[in-house]
Amino acid sequence: MSFPWAKHYEPKSDFTKWIDARLPLPRLIHGAVGAGYPVPRNLNYFWNFGFLAGLALMIQIVSGIVLAMHYAANGGVAFDSVEHIMRDVNSGWFIRYAHATGASFFFIVIYVHIFRGLYFGSYKAPREMIWLLGVLIFLLMMATAFMGYVLPWGQMSFWGARVITGFFSAIPLVGEPIRQWLLGGFAPDDAALNRFFSLHYLLPFAILGVVILHVWALHIPGSNNPTGIDVKEEQDTVPFHPYYTAKDGFGVAVYLTFFAIVVFFMPNIVASPDNYIPANPMSTPAHIEPEWYFWPFYAILRAFTANAFGVPAKLWGVIAMFASIALLFFLPWIDTSPVRSGNYRPLFKKFFWILVVDILILGWMGKSPAEQPYVIISQLAAIYYFAHFLIILPIVSRIERPLPLPMSITESVLAKHAAQVNTAPALTGLSVQPAE
Amino acid sequence: MRILAPMAVGAAFVLALLWAIITAAFTGGMALPEMTATRMFHKEPRELSLPSNGPFGKFDRQQLQRGFQVYKEVCSSCHSLRLVTFADLRGIGYNEAEVKAIAKSWQVQQPSISDKTGEVNSRPDIPSDHFYGPYPNETAGRAANNGALPPDFSLITKAREGGAAYVYSLVTGYQDVPAEQRAKFPDSVPDNKHYYNPYFANLNIAMPPPLKADGQVTYKDGTPATKEQMAKDVAAFLTWTAEPKLENRHTAGLAAVIFLLIFSTLAYLSYREVWHGKEH
Amino acid sequence: MATVETFDAPESLAGADGVRRRDFIHVAALSFAGAGAVAVVLPLVNQMNPSADVLAQASTEVDVSAIKPGMAIKTMWRKQPVFIRNLTAQEIAKVNATPTASLRDPQSLADRTKAGKLNWLVTMGVCTHLGCVPLGAGAGEDRGPFGGYFCPCHGSAYDAAGRIMKGPAPKNLEVPEYAFKSDTVIQIG
Repeated sequence: MSFPWAKHYEPKSDFTKWIDARLPLPRLIHGAVGAGYPVPRNLNYFWNFGFLAGLALMIQIVSGIVLAMHYAANGGVAFDSVEHIMRDVNSGWFIRYAHATGASFFFIVIYVHIFRGLYFGSYKAPREMIWLLGVLIFLLMMATAFMGYVLPWGQMSFWGARVITGFFSAIPLVGEPIRQWLLGGFAPDDAALNRFFSLHYLLPFAILGVVILHVWALHIPGSNNPTGIDVKEEQDTVPFHPYYTAKDGFGVAVYLTFFAIVVFFMPNIVASPDNYIPANPMSTPAHIEPEWYFWPFYAILRAFTANAFGVPAKLWGVIAMFASIALLFFLPWIDTSPVRSGNYRPLFKKFFWILVVDILILGWMGKSPAEQPYVIISQLAAIYYFAHFLIILPIVSRIERPLPLPMSITESVLAKHAAQVNTAPALTGLSVQPAE
Repeated sequence: MRILAPMAVGAAFVLALLWAIITAAFTGGMALPEMTATRMFHKEPRELSLPSNGPFGKFDRQQLQRGFQVYKEVCSSCHSLRLVTFADLRGIGYNEAEVKAIAKSWQVQQPSISDKTGEVNSRPDIPSDHFYGPYPNETAGRAANNGALPPDFSLITKAREGGAAYVYSLVTGYQDVPAEQRAKFPDSVPDNKHYYNPYFANLNIAMPPPLKADGQVTYKDGTPATKEQMAKDVAAFLTWTAEPKLENRHTAGLAAVIFLLIFSTLAYLSYREVWHGKEH
Repeated sequence: MATVETFDAPESLAGADGVRRRDFIHVAALSFAGAGAVAVVLPLVNQMNPSADVLAQASTEVDVSAIKPGMAIKTMWRKQPVFIRNLTAQEIAKVNATPTASLRDPQSLADRTKAGKLNWLVTMGVCTHLGCVPLGAGAGEDRGPFGGYFCPCHGSAYDAAGRIMKGPAPKNLEVPEYAFKSDTVIQIG
């Protein structure tokens, strides 16, 4: 759906007309991110994170391709090849740290992006497809990140691979054969390392493809906005260029500043020291922990400590861990409220913030050792997580009384501005004329 | 009803978790972990202030050379530095001739093959060789050290929680078992193959105290070689072996962050200029 | 229902000549972005240059004391074969007797060796035609019709000074950068 007031692309020069008649790429760009794509004028900074996610993906792909020129995916030399990059390859230390830090930053961005979607109801009709594609991207990211972490072949690489592939053996009957099929062996070794390298190189391009679909699906209804109300008229929107190209440019600058601070001054801040020890299948590290972005899911996995209803505890944990992400696919149909934005859903808003705190607690539990009191806290936090999405949301979305919605985006912008403005309306640049 | 399906799934997980909590409550699974000797007597590393610390940290090459001397005379008899070559020592201030001399006189020679017979033998080291360590393989390393393999030192300050401070604390941390520990946990005292060191993860380390006395090493620059000093210097040296590009990283970082702060300001002003007058 | 006019910033800021005076901020921001992009691309391109460990292998020392006159050895430098040959007095005389003008690639023995060490010939063991390793350096190998080196791939024949005499090779065997560290040790590269 393109808004009727969207500026049409009009090639002016002979050259642009020639191109337009043969491969209308400039037209596509104009209509997608140029002056021809209207976007709600009231987006806040939480809307920067989609573009930042695209930037993070590009940084990973470029740095990854360069690293692959020097990395060797064989058990005997993988660890040393990474150190060769750090010590001998020109600027190798920079490219390696950028890639490792980039992965963490990619997940920070994506979590903010997801929480934006959860709070403002961006997953609701007509944007369900964008949401589904997004959850798919998230799953691909997790697979890519997991395999990438195995590649340096340190202690955490090896033991993390051991534990994660071990999940599959929890599946009755076919679990163990599947696990050996995945590994190409009985334990992570050269076969696993080589295929993880191949797939780690491949998946980001699959992610890129799904991202293109995700953005295409977005451009059908256009962006959601903090009020959750649909765009009604031209003054609800501004053209993407220059308004959001400028805002995204600023967002990129701030992102890169934080990125540079970590890469250059604290590159090992989230690194596990154990991964600077070459993999040793005979010696398990004292605390096996995944990278921080997996901690909440690791907590959920370990929370199921008892067999229940005839299902072994280990299998409960594996199913729950996958279910905790899979339930996101169903969110547009679980949350039935016709009101999108949490700004107008007071009951939903309270539970949303409890969810945020709950996920932070789950994250902290994922890092902690599997002993009390962390176990009981993980269990209570996991109870809330599943209850929130599967029990609380369906009920809340049916019984809550939303706040009155503004008539239009413009009205909400005006109202916000009237609250801020003191006296002279002329100075604000926005004046309201009475209707003729 | 569409509401029942998610609620049923949710109820299943919630009940499984509640069941886990209940069974734990009834089988003593709620108990906090027992106090162990390690929990009670393990010490966090003492603070170590090195010139390479902090965002503007730089190496003190004199100190690195002293640290190398400690490594050479005290540690290298058991510990390898396999990611470092003799030529890399140029980075701590030795010139080409000094590096060649260090390589040539190094006790552990490079394995090589005789040109004529193909027999495995050894040859003196040249600058492009690595500090491979005295043991030809892990088995030999363990056999010579009561089953405990002396770890490679190239990355030790990045491979241990606490980094250089941990190395410094460990090496100066050998002491007698506290009376309280002996009383509470009599089984936790070291056997005759181990030594008590509260900075070590499980309190009993297989390595005997490496720094036995002041003056164990005679520093070329005349600095008094107290145990404290030797420990600091070797920790500094090992910080360099783990991260030889630290100074490049800090310099590039300073330039990058300053550039980005200016760029962020310009980008912000550009954004404000674009949006000037447009309420949002 | 109220209509909304937006304050049209561009016109009011335009100077008499119609140019917006605040465009410089956009130019400044974009220039900075461009400069930053270049600064990032440089290390990404430079990482493909030889790494420190490869550069450390860039020179090699060879002990030539075991090479008797008339003998040659093959060794490796920068992962390529190098021939080091100890010319006999007769070989030196024969090589000097050949008029350099008649050669495809005119060079004298003196051009290709170090002063006072005319008997020591150090050349790459790579045929200048298409890169095969010529024969003649190893014991018993065919030295070709000119008593030097012979390339079996396409028949290039070199004399004892490594100069191309016959066959498709365009140039003499390349003499790498080398120096005598002592009477018996040569450093190549």
